[in-house]
Amino acid sequence: MAKIVNRQEMAQGTIILNEIKAPRISQKAKPGQFVILQADETGERIPLTMADTNPKKGTITIIYMVVGKSTARFRDLNVGDEYYALIGPLGMPTHVENVGKVVCVGGGTGIAVLHPITRALKEAGNEVTTILGSRSYDLLIMEEQMRAASTDLHICTDDGSHGHHGFVTQVLKDVLENNDIDLVVAIGPIPMMKFCSLITKEKNVHTLVSLNPIMVDGTGMCGCCRVTVGGDTKFACVDGPEFDAHKGDFDELAKRLASYLDDEKQSFDAYKNGNAQKTGNFDKT
Amino acid sequence: MADKKKKVPRAKMPEQDPNVRRRNFKEVPLGLEAETAIAEAKRCLQCKKPLCVDGCPVSIDIPAFVSRIADNDFSGAIGKLWERNALPAVCGRVCPQEEQCEGRCIVGKKGEPVAIGYLERFAADYERNNGTGGVPEVAKPTGKKVAVIGSGPSGLTVAGDLLLKGHGVTIFEAFHKAGGVLVYGIPEFRLPKAIVANEVAALEKMGAKIECNNVVGASVTIEELFEEGFDAAYIGVGAGLPRFMNLPGENAIGIYSANEYLTRTNLMKGYLFPEYDTPIARGKNVVVLGAGNVAMDSARTAMRLGADSVKIVYRRSRDEMPAREEELHHALEEQIEFVLLTNPTQFFSDENGRLTGMECLKMELGEPDDSGRRRPIPIEGSEYKINCDMVVVSVGSNANPLLTNSTPDVSLNRWGNIDADPVTGKTTKKGVWAGGDIVTGAATVILAMGAGRAAANSMHDYLALGW
Repeated sequence: MAKIVNRQEMAQGTIILNEIKAPRISQKAKPGQFVILQADETGERIPLTMADTNPKKGTITIIYMVVGKSTARFRDLNVGDEYYALIGPLGMPTHVENVGKVVCVGGGTGIAVLHPITRALKEAGNEVTTILGSRSYDLLIMEEQMRAASTDLHICTDDGSHGHHGFVTQVLKDVLENNDIDLVVAIGPIPMMKFCSLITKEKNVHTLVSLNPIMVDGTGMCGCCRVTVGGDTKFACVDGPEFDAHKGDFDELAKRLASYLDDEKQSFDAYKNGNAQKTGNFDKT
Repeated sequence: MADKKKKVPRAKMPEQDPNVRRRNFKEVPLGLEAETAIAEAKRCLQCKKPLCVDGCPVSIDIPAFVSRIADNDFSGAIGKLWERNALPAVCGRVCPQEEQCEGRCIVGKKGEPVAIGYLERFAADYERNNGTGGVPEVAKPTGKKVAVIGSGPSGLTVAGDLLLKGHGVTIFEAFHKAGGVLVYGIPEFRLPKAIVANEVAALEKMGAKIECNNVVGASVTIEELFEEGFDAAYIGVGAGLPRFMNLPGENAIGIYSANEYLTRTNLMKGYLFPEYDTPIARGKNVVVLGAGNVAMDSARTAMRLGADSVKIVYRRSRDEMPAREEELHHALEEQIEFVLLTNPTQFFSDENGRLTGMECLKMELGEPDDSGRRRPIPIEGSEYKINCDMVVVSVGSNANPLLTNSTPDVSLNRWGNIDADPVTGKTTKKGVWAGGDIVTGAATVILAMGAGRAAANSMHDYLALGW
């Protein structure tokens, strides 16, 4: 079970795609839901929102950036290897209906999370304008899939290597100026979501974001993933991960994500130096 | 003869020295030696109408197993325990015997009761360390299949009982290891995880299938399990959602629910970081809010993770603390401080969101409330600050709706707990039983096991005779 059947490196090897055998999950999963994975018995439980599912093949797809020891251990799993643990689908699915005109904004691996949501919104009859951003064009992922899932697509790069030279927020502003937009879905790094949210709030356009706090069990049992939404504490794992952007406290989320920064650095450094016990793997970067 | 027995004092459980054990995760009580166990077993009067058995939620034939220990027949003793209890090594450690079997013991009327818990533990440990590796004998297969959802104490009891009666059992567990609260909640120093694994392995030898990483309600519904060929289901998924205090500043870094703190430490083995990848904060000045067994587990864990000071902050007085007396005693021995008649009002943090302290109010006790305990009343103007870099909130939990949302025909009470028959454990959905904390709200391991036992009997009747 949880065998990797397909693996791709994206964005110069910094982002990894795994297609994983998970028949029960693939039948059930809806856009916006996540899974929790663990590389082996000593590993951490890592939540990742699914980028795609294939119920016929009985597989799900996850896409993640290598940012620490746990994701480095995921990266070092090959086709044919199995995850020690994989559970899901978890969290509330995206509420998909035909609202009219929708803008989907994605950055980094958030684009992977955005993918099934964008597709579902378009399939529901919405006109979907998608805006994707990355630091440079060679770090952009899933351009073709996102083009297919959208009515029209804008690319932004910080360095101007492709499309609009600048941030997604600038294009979002333009689109909102010139169109009557009913819904915005913004998924990416916290600053991106925060600034998209500020823009749409000014225009009073309902906006959804997908929050990615640290989790342990992912089923509501521990409260590690608590986020403040509209002044109330919510558990992202069972109440989310999607929330009304205008009510979210992004600064608190950013701080809580840094809870274990020192430990994470120690762990990753040891792993890179090949000191990690049991696996004995060396970092390839 | 009884007179002679009275002269032998109750066996003392040897324990790790408090000053040593407060910094390690090894088990605190060391267990009885065989000679001590035999001497203790001989203190039993072998009552004709044993009240101890009435005090046991799973009705273990206590005089029978104790007499076998007295006769040096340790495998006979474990056999007697297994007839009624699939988890003797666990129960011998975590049951509140003083309120149950030992609380009713006739020897205890004029002196100290027979140490039934120590003896149960002895028999189970002896079997594990020196036994044949045998397991209870199961009946001829009935061809019926039962889904047990949740592998905590009630689920394991249901599984053990139904296996004995010849039914096929599959246990579904959301986590990657079986045992529920026995592995994620109760700390290593109180219940070594190898012992839980051993008890689970015994069920597998008896024929149980264990499917970990399956979140029933999310990965599969109960209805789908029936479609897949299960004949009955038992829901024992535990209480679930941790309660917080709902005070300003409660999302500061360094404030954990007891569930998270203990799960990171026990199940994910955060205390072995970086050998294990899951980190756990090591607070220097730790406050635990609440005074139940889980609060004591959290406080003693914090001490073992290197805290300079650990305080239990509780709004009532020493008399109302709900933890077992033994747990309170162990905590005090390990230099945990009790700050009583005190309640937090808000939490403070620095510019990075890290906890720096909390404001508290002093309380006094008024008239008894609905629970029969004297109600704590704030003393106006008594605010003061406690400096701390970690708070563990251990004030109970609410019912987790993850599974019950997916089974609308299992009806719930107004708190979201499953509405199950108190005698049989039957829910409002045909073929589905429930027990343990998801029915009662947070309670004890043995009460959950008692509910499992009752449900297993009812399920067996159903599988043989129908609903």
